This record gives sequence, C-alpha cells and structure tokens, in this order.
Amino acid sequence: MPEGQFKQGIAGGRLSPEQYADNFADLHPPLDHHEALVESDRCYFCYDAPCMNACPTSIDIPLFIRQISTGNPIGSAKTIFDQNILGGMCARVCPTETLCEEVCVREVAEGKPVQIGRLQRYATDVAMAENKQFYKRSEPTGKTVAVVGAGPAGLAAAHRLARHGHDVTILEARPKPGGLNEYGIAAYKSVDNFAQAEVDYVTSIGGIDIQNGKALGRDYQLSDLTRNYDAVFLGMGLAGVNALRADGEEAQGVTNAVEFIAELRQASDLASLPVGRRVVVIGGGMTAIDAAVQSKLLGAEEVTICYRRGPEHMNASEFEQDLAAANGVIIRHWLQPKRVIADGGKVAAIELEYTAMDGDRLVGTVDQVFKAIGQSFVPAALNGSGAEIALEAGRIKVDAEGRTSLANVWAGGDCIFGGDDLTVSAVAQGRDAAESIHRALTSNGRA
Amino acid sequence: MADIRNNFVGIKSPNPFWLASAPPTDKAYNVIRAFKAGWGGVVWKTLGEEGPPVVNVNGPRYGAIWGADRRLLGLNNIELITDRDLQVNLREIKQVKMDWPDRAIVVSLMVPCEEHAWKAILPVVEETDADGIELNFGCPHGMSERGMGAAVGQVPEYIEMVVRWCKANTRMPVITKLTPNITDIRKPARAALAGGTDAVSLINTINSITGVNLDSFAPEPTIDGKGSHGGYCGPAVKPIAMNMVAEIARDPETHGLPISGIGGITTWRDAAEFMALGAGNVQVCTAAMTYGFKIVQEMIAGLENWMDEKGHTSLDDIVGRATPNVTDWQYLNLNYIAKARIDQDACIKCGRCHIACEDTSHQAITSMVDGVRHFEVIEAECVGCNLCVNVCPVENCITMEPLAVGVMDQRTGKPVSPIYANWTTHPNNPMAKVAAE
Repeated sequence: MPEGQFKQGIAGGRLSPEQYADNFADLHPPLDHHEALVESDRCYFCYDAPCMNACPTSIDIPLFIRQISTGNPIGSAKTIFDQNILGGMCARVCPTETLCEEVCVREVAEGKPVQIGRLQRYATDVAMAENKQFYKRSEPTGKTVAVVGAGPAGLAAAHRLARHGHDVTILEARPKPGGLNEYGIAAYKSVDNFAQAEVDYVTSIGGIDIQNGKALGRDYQLSDLTRNYDAVFLGMGLAGVNALRADGEEAQGVTNAVEFIAELRQASDLASLPVGRRVVVIGGGMTAIDAAVQSKLLGAEEVTICYRRGPEHMNASEFEQDLAAANGVIIRHWLQPKRVIADGGKVAAIELEYTAMDGDRLVGTVDQVFKAIGQSFVPAALNGSGAEIALEAGRIKVDAEGRTSLANVWAGGDCIFGGDDLTVSAVAQGRDAAESIHRALTSNGRA
Repeated sequence: MADIRNNFVGIKSPNPFWLASAPPTDKAYNVIRAFKAGWGGVVWKTLGEEGPPVVNVNGPRYGAIWGADRRLLGLNNIELITDRDLQVNLREIKQVKMDWPDRAIVVSLMVPCEEHAWKAILPVVEETDADGIELNFGCPHGMSERGMGAAVGQVPEYIEMVVRWCKANTRMPVITKLTPNITDIRKPARAALAGGTDAVSLINTINSITGVNLDSFAPEPTIDGKGSHGGYCGPAVKPIAMNMVAEIARDPETHGLPISGIGGITTWRDAAEFMALGAGNVQVCTAAMTYGFKIVQEMIAGLENWMDEKGHTSLDDIVGRATPNVTDWQYLNLNYIAKARIDQDACIKCGRCHIACEDTSHQAITSMVDGVRHFEVIEAECVGCNLCVNVCPVENCITMEPLAVGVMDQRTGKPVSPIYANWTTHPNNPMAKVAAE
C-alpha cells in the first residue's frame, strides 16, 4: 500500500504508478474483430430505425452495423463520417444509454441493446488507423470563414466548410484544439491522446488553419472577424462556472470541477496531480460524475456527490450514476451547500442543508470541494461586436439553421440557446450551420 | 413414457437416431464414442472394393455457409468413401457389433457397377453380422466421376439393376440411398422398389459451391487454387430433403416403402418432422460434426417429452401422420382466408414487417399511426402471405389468423365461404371440371 493513500489534505502521489495506469485505462476497451462481428450480428436492421432517429447527427446506424457484419468496416466508417466527422470521439463519449442504445429494439426486447457506440468506435478506429480519407475538397470558392473555437461544433463546421471549398481559419483560445474533447472529458473515456489524433484526422482534408491561443475579446474582436471574413461561426462554448452561493466558497480547496478535469487530461504524470483525502462534489451532471470518479481514481479515500434533488432529476445518466457507484463514489441527494468552513484559509468542512427537509443541516469533514453545478455563457467576449448579438436565456440566440441576429454570423454548440451539453449535438449544429453558410456564400449552394 | 424403440425393416435400435454414413462413422473409435453417447445406430462410412484404398485430398475437404454469430447452416464436403483398408473396416465392424448388440450397424457400400464387384463384397460384409447394407448411390463428387455414387443414382435403370444384384446375393436388408441431384426423386425411388429394395434413405448431399475466395478467385474449399463442387448438407438442406421424403411417401407407387430420413436434422423437432412426413427413422451427420455426439441426448429427451405431451406412445403413432396432408397446389382450399395479426405487447417495433410488406409485397402494414411508431396490419390489403411472420425476429409476435366462416374479408368485400373450393373447379381455370349436375 503506497504510504500516500491516507495523507491528510490535498496531496498527490496517493497511489502506485501501476494503480494510476489501471485506474485510467480505457473505460470501454475497443471491440476486437471477432467481438465486432458477433455484436454486429445482433442488429435487426430495423426500418426507420429508432437508434438513427435518436442520434442528434442522424447516423445511419443499421447501415453502418450491417457494413461491419459484411466485412466492410471502411464503408461503415464512411457511413458514420458522412453524418458525423467526429464519429470517433462520439463513439467514446456519447451517453449512448440515453440516445441510440436506449431506444434500440433489443433494449426493448431483452434489456440488452446492440452496443452501437462500441461498434461505431470499431469502424472509425479501422478507418483512422489506415488514415483513410473519404472526402476531397471541392474547387476553391475563394470565400473565407472564421470559426471561433476548435471544439466539436467548430471542427465539424470547419470540416464541412473546407469540403465545400471554403478557406477556414479556426481561432482557439486554449493552447490546443479539441475543446471539451481535449479538456472536458474524463481521461478514461479518451485515452491515447485521441482528441488530438482526431483533430489531425479532421483537418487533414486541408483548407483549415487552426490558430491556438487566440481568445475572442482579448486577442481580437468579433467585428474584426465580420470585417475580414465572408462569414463567421461562433462555437466558443461556455467559459463561466456557476457559483455555489455558499458562504466561504473562496476558501483554498474549493475548485471548479471543469478545471480539475482539464488539468487531469493535460497532466503528464497523474501522481503529480493533488487530490483531497475527503472530497465533496456539488452537482448532478456529467461533470460532477467525471470529477468525482476521477478523484476516486486518483486515490481520494472518500468521495461524495451532493445533489440538491433526487436521482431521477440528475442530468447524469443512470449508467454514469452506476459508474460512480461502482467506483466507490457515494451519491447523496436532496442536499445543497450552505457554508464552507475553513481552517487557516483551507477547506476543513462543509455544511450542507437538506433541501427537502425544512432546513435540516449536517456538517462533514472535507479537504476539497468541487463545484460542478453548471457552466454559463460569458457574453462579455462578444463586446466590440458592433451591433449586439441577441441572446436568449443568457446564450446566443440562433434560428433553425444556426444564424445569429448578426448578418454573416452563425453559432452552434454549447454557446447557443438550446445547446444540450452533448458533443454529438454540437457536431450536428456545426455541420448544419456550415451547410447554411455554404448556401449563403454560394447563392444557395451553387458556386 | 413414450417408447421410442425403432424397428426399421427389421433392424432394431433403442431409438430412431442413427448416424449417417460419413466421417463420424469411419472407424471403431468414433462409432464407440457415438454409442456411448446414446446413438441408436450407425451407417458405417462407405466401404469400397478390395484393393488399394481410395485417396483423399490433403487440403481442405469442407466448405460452409453461416448464419448470425457464425452458426453453421450448411456444410459441403469433397471427401471420398473410406480411405482405410477394407479388412480393417470389416474387422472393426464385427468387433463393435459384437460389443454393442443392441445398436444398429448398417454398412454403406459403393463398388463399381458390375455384378461381380457386388457379389464379392456382400459375403464379407455379411460375415461381420452387420444388420444391413446401404447402397451409396448418392455421393456427388469424386466417385461419381468413376461411374459410382451419384452416377448410378441418377440413372433409375442402374439403381434397379444394382439393387436386384444385392437382393439376390445377400440375406441382409438393403437400404438404397438416393441422390437429390435429379429432377424427380420419385423415379429413383420407384426403380429401387422395382429392384426389390427394403427401404430408401435420403437425401445424400447436393452439388454445391459454398463460396468463392475473392482474392484467388477460386471456389471453396480450395485445393491449390482450384475447387470442385462438393456435397451440401446441414440445416440449410432440410426443406429440400423433407419435400423429397414426402414425395416418395405420398407417391402411390412407392407409398409404404420404408424411408430413412436424412438432411439437416439437428434437433428432436427436425427428426419428428421427418418422421411425420413418412420417415421410419432418421440419420444425422452435420449436427454431430458441428456439436459432437452429445446432441443425441437432446434429441432423445426432446422426442420423448413431445410424444408424452401429445399422448403418442410409440413411433408408429407419428410416422407418416403428416403425409396425407401433403397435396398438390391445385387441391388447396381457395376459400380459406387468413390474415396476419401483430401482438402489440410482443412487438419490439423493429419495423421489418412493415418494410418487407411495403417494399416487396402488399403495402398491408402501417409504420406510423397518429404520429406514433406503430405496426399494424391493414386487413383490407393483407393477402395473408406470411412474409411478415417470417421476417419478424420475435417468435409468435405475428401470427396468421384464419377468418371464421361468414366473416367479411375486408380485402374482397365478401364473406368467408364455408365451402371447400380449389383450382380444379375455379371459374378462372379454363380446365375447370364442371361439377356434375
């Protein structure tokens, strides 16, 4: 037993190197060839397939599975990429249990859906391993498009625009492209630096220039883009983190879960990453689960998620809740933080209040508190856009094609109103906005 | 408890499950294992005439097709008759029969189409105390190129001639094994009967190519870049075999001729179906070659349980019970009307019934009702074809329900008639027979 395991406070090196490696291995290991054939045989090739209708990018799932079963994984990958160029990442991070696999008729029939996500990963892995490129750029149109943010929405938009012959510049605030795929996904869902490999695969179509470290509102203004480019796509995601609104939350040891997750993904040595011995995560979504599970995997002795409502209200899927439980995370419901109690400026305890029990409270010893109660759009970066972009409920308002209230400016992904925090939805919005941009730039699609 | 002891042309066995003449019955080692597992009898793999044994290819002998999860559906082979010395086989047969007196041992034979060749082999087989012989007129590959096997089975006159030679030269019961590689199975069966055969067994394997290697462009199984049609067997051939069994069972000329049913029998149910169509017992090969000899235990218990459940006390209660119900199309009742019904509780909403009907048949199944995914039969369009039943992945979810007499058929707007009426009297039939006044 490594001696670091029971270290008080927030500390690194709680586990042995082997334990770190084990804990952060692939959550769903890839299907091998045999497993993929066995699994693909289970698909019924449904008519008007419910799985396909449940997919935000409308991938023709029965067709791609049939292609796997007939020994045509390359054709299968093209079926996937035709609808979703980030099909590789979506295969890893989609909550399939609430999308395609939830409505799979075999889930209905026998409680055991076809493993669509893992089959999608199989096909896309085969194509990416061969670096098989399915798309060629159309003749250059001479049109230029600026894309703000190299996350799923921006990458999907850029790829579709580049395919149509437009020249795309992506401006990314972070040091690396990928957005939440690179910074926001639990490490065990995207191993082996997959997010960067996927960015390389997507951009190898050509015509996409990614400039890292360029933040909107800091390094350039929206008006610069509207002036210098024929069209602009905004896909910058959510930069703000909601506050706990608990007394003393400025204490040392109260951390944003998204920053912890990002730091973990970028860490070259997990032992160097400090985590509390006793951790409390406030929130009920995927971010809360990712932060809690990874705290546990980093060696925290006791990890508790506190959510202000019941299990059925949690944004995290049942699968994610089970995953947390299986990793030893305790999920407590109907609790919200009232006060962070510090000792010498550092978190020492947290006082929680039962939301459903008339103010009944409890106090728990804790070294670290993660805030995972949602992120918010920060409109300040849009300042300097000249005319104001219309917002709706704090996010960018768009029409069905992704057009904002500003001429020649489109938006998609988490920053728009109606975004649902899903990679796959961001891809769909980026792709569809790109088609809209293409129509606008080329008089209804004709160059 | 049902009695499943079998008496087939005087050959007794504790159950009606025999292993067919094939690799599983090539030598004592395998046959003893089969008897230990519970098989009622074996047809020993085909013996040839005295002399240097035949030689087999040294590359792949089998090819296959598969269903979901690589379940073996059809197998073909290019193996020849036994490649072991005749005397070794005879010694082993004698010993095994001595050790297992309650089991049936029938010896399959294939020698050139000359009387002296048959006269030479029959006494040495008789000497083993085997229960009978089966004439291999079926193997479609290799030996047929040398004028044996299917080359005999495809010429009724040869069949009759060889059977007659055998009947004249042995006291053993003669079972004539037929090849399906002909147009009308009744002709060779009639010829065998004319020659005096005690029984026929069928089917032997079907000429087939199971696959083509798309790298080498060679048929499979491939021997040094070339392939040859092999003999096809396994579950995929069962429907073909059952039809041929029924054709012989219901042919007035051969009706009553004992039949040993062969072709894709894998479960007790397959066996019961063959026997219902007129087979006095069954022979199995591919199922054993796929799963090993233990499957016979499922077959025995399954047959017994079914017979008990239905009150059948012996095999005589079931053999041939379905034969009278096999008829010609022209005698089918055209006034019988059935409609598909979908059990909404069992439906898993895959939509395959809809798309099969919509794209390829009668547009008689909905896909959406009031904006909700819903699959339901449109009776006014349904012709009762049964395609939806066959493509549905859930057993008994879609059923064909006959309309009662007097009920309105919404498709034709006419009530169901109580009268049996077939094509022979139908007004649209120019050859219709007018009922006598």
